[in-house]
Amino acid sequence: MQANTLSGGFADPAIGSAHAFRSVMEAMARPGTIQDIEGAAPPAPLSPAMGAVLLTLCDTETPIYLAGDMDCEAARAWLAFHTGAPFVGPAHCMFAVGKWDALAPLAVYPIGTSEYPDRSATLIVECSEFAAGATLTGPGIKDQATLSLPEVEAFQVNRTLFPLGLDFIFTCGERLAALPRSTKVS
Amino acid sequence: MTEYNFAYLDEQTKRMIRRAILKGLAIPGYQVPFASREMPMPYGWGTGGVQVSAAVLTPKDTFKVIDQGADDTTNAVSIRTFFQRTAGVATTTTTSDATVIQTRHRIPEEPLHEGQILVYQVPIPEPLRFLEPRESETRKMHSLEEYGLMHVKLYEDISRHGHIATSYAYPVKVEGRYVMDPSPIPKFDNPKLGDMAAIQLFGAGREQRIYALPPYTQVVSLDFEDHPFEASKADHPCGMCGATDSYLDELIIDDAGGRMFVCSDTDYCEVRQAAGHKRKDAA
Repeated sequence: MQANTLSGGFADPAIGSAHAFRSVMEAMARPGTIQDIEGAAPPAPLSPAMGAVLLTLCDTETPIYLAGDMDCEAARAWLAFHTGAPFVGPAHCMFAVGKWDALAPLAVYPIGTSEYPDRSATLIVECSEFAAGATLTGPGIKDQATLSLPEVEAFQVNRTLFPLGLDFIFTCGERLAALPRSTKVS
Repeated sequence: MTEYNFAYLDEQTKRMIRRAILKGLAIPGYQVPFASREMPMPYGWGTGGVQVSAAVLTPKDTFKVIDQGADDTTNAVSIRTFFQRTAGVATTTTTSDATVIQTRHRIPEEPLHEGQILVYQVPIPEPLRFLEPRESETRKMHSLEEYGLMHVKLYEDISRHGHIATSYAYPVKVEGRYVMDPSPIPKFDNPKLGDMAAIQLFGAGREQRIYALPPYTQVVSLDFEDHPFEASKADHPCGMCGATDSYLDELIIDDAGGRMFVCSDTDYCEVRQAAGHKRKDAA
């Protein structure tokens, strides 16, 4: 076990996760807006924002899929200690963690059922930067918003599945943005 | 304060509620099941709203609670005090100062702004429940977008009363997909649901459902071309502040049939009175 496995959680878990959740909720409710999120210091390759999101939302009841580089001993040990979440493959996960290329193909993740569309995966995507990019419209957006996305077509396909589909949280350093399945991307 | 975890609920429960809120925001109008906890108040007193508030509150928030528009009724006072004690948050009765507003059966008159969160207490979240008692069936109806029964109900209103007599908990359609119960708000408030700048969260404790409307979501009250939706209110000005644009409560004031109409939103009424709008009944 590495020394930093035990450290890097919220200094005050109840308060830290309350603030972190508000950032995640604002991001999910207002697609395209970029929120600050802080309080977590996970080992690389997990970013601080990704660590905070995982600490806020994950526990023993939420299977996590670590994709590509994220599936390493440091990340596994840190998440196991701080959240207790089980690690699974993409087909059974509630949360998937990774860079965009490593998370593909999207077709393998659970998208919910027509009676329970909430039983779908949330993908937490580590990005290198946020910039203006694709145009977003839909619930949570007054007129329109923009957000740099790794690609456009995958999100358009995801939108056609509505009310089924995947939800996305993009993390970059200590910032995050989100793209729920309801957003139209062009 | 030290006897409780922050905002009363344990962290695992809050994570479960927070996950449900995020899925609710991603699928506007869809009812997300959640494992509602027993709260130190009976079902029907806002246990769903309290759990949602507990999951979203931070120590920096300013909290307001209204019960049918009023800040000073039993339910509102007890829930406001509950979070004052268990979360240490600041409280207010001023709508514009609040960051989180928990409400029972009203939307404040003053338009809400970005950065505010409106948490509704919901008794029966399923708009189809009184038409079809089986959860297995209503869930199927939502999945198939089979809402004909709801229009039949509104039509029967018209055939019986000559107009749509449903005056509260008036069903709405969200983003052209899910039919949603807006909780028992008067239909006067329905037009405020859509295109609102604030985040709207709905919690039903006994029925174990959470649903949500992100800001600027399209919300349409169900109606017919020849019987369009109408937001109605008592045809009087407020007896205290004279407002003609607010929702009014009718009060019986003596044994001789005397009555007065006053704003149900106490903050709105008080702000107007303080600004000099006084009528004959003002204290």
